[in-house]
Amino acid sequence: MTPAAPIRAVTELTVGDVVAEASFALTRDSLVHYAGASGDFNPIHYRDDVAQSVGLSGVLAHGMLTMGLAVQPVVDWAGDPARVIDYQVRFTRPVFVDATDGAAVTVVAKVGAVDVEAGIARIDLTVTFNGATVLGKAQARVNLG
Amino acid sequence: MSVNPELQGRVFPPVAPYLVGREKVREFSRAVFATNPINHDPEAARAAGHTDVVAPPTFAVVVQEATLAQLLAEPDGGIDFTRVVHGDQRFSYTRAIVAGDELTATLAVTSIKSLGGHSMVTAESTIVDASGAHVVTAISTLVVRGDE
Repeated sequence: MTPAAPIRAVTELTVGDVVAEASFALTRDSLVHYAGASGDFNPIHYRDDVAQSVGLSGVLAHGMLTMGLAVQPVVDWAGDPARVIDYQVRFTRPVFVDATDGAAVTVVAKVGAVDVEAGIARIDLTVTFNGATVLGKAQARVNLG
Repeated sequence: MSVNPELQGRVFPPVAPYLVGREKVREFSRAVFATNPINHDPEAARAAGHTDVVAPPTFAVVVQEATLAQLLAEPDGGIDFTRVVHGDQRFSYTRAIVAGDELTATLAVTSIKSLGGHSMVTAESTIVDASGAHVVTAISTLVVRGDE
């Protein structure tokens, strides 16, 4: 058995603390895998010709894939996926995934707010691709009680 | 055709129940780079107090999907799928989804707004378990681009 990793008490957190950082290497294979796992088979996520026909420069990652991976560093920090009780994002820029080079998405997770009485921390995510943020208002509420 | 403003406030019939499979949770976890043992290993999940493997926070989108399909297929809705862009997404949990859950989703259109020629449609899918208890609400804002 692997018990959940110990987590920090909410009282130890300070707004602005970086609690987790990670980088994810996306490839076209990642997109095909996510399409199958999620059931989202929109061809703009695996066919350049279809993506280009709607004015995009090429295949882009599912927004929900970016949202899904961006919270994982927070899950690992919290020790249990069930501790994430609320998670929201705004999709602001596409993540284009090059057929050869893929795409590197980086995540920095910082404490945005702390509710000591409720035992809940709001963790704000900065999610970046090619030097620009791709998610806005990306916030996860984590129950540390 | 533009988005029908009368959609606001409309509640759709619940979609067919979705049975959460352990292998589906593992497959989805791999796809979103979730490596926590509680997502994959029933023993690790039980040790942390869960009945089976726990789904990642965004897994509810899989259950929500059938409700958004209802919305896009609504005959008088006026939502042209080819003009839809995902604007915002939120999941608010009462408890985490675990393998073995039988989940039923019901969609309500909570808001329709116009912004610079586009329509913003906010759709809220309330997801309950087999006992009728709330599990998660999935909220999507879809941006429907206007005629250019």
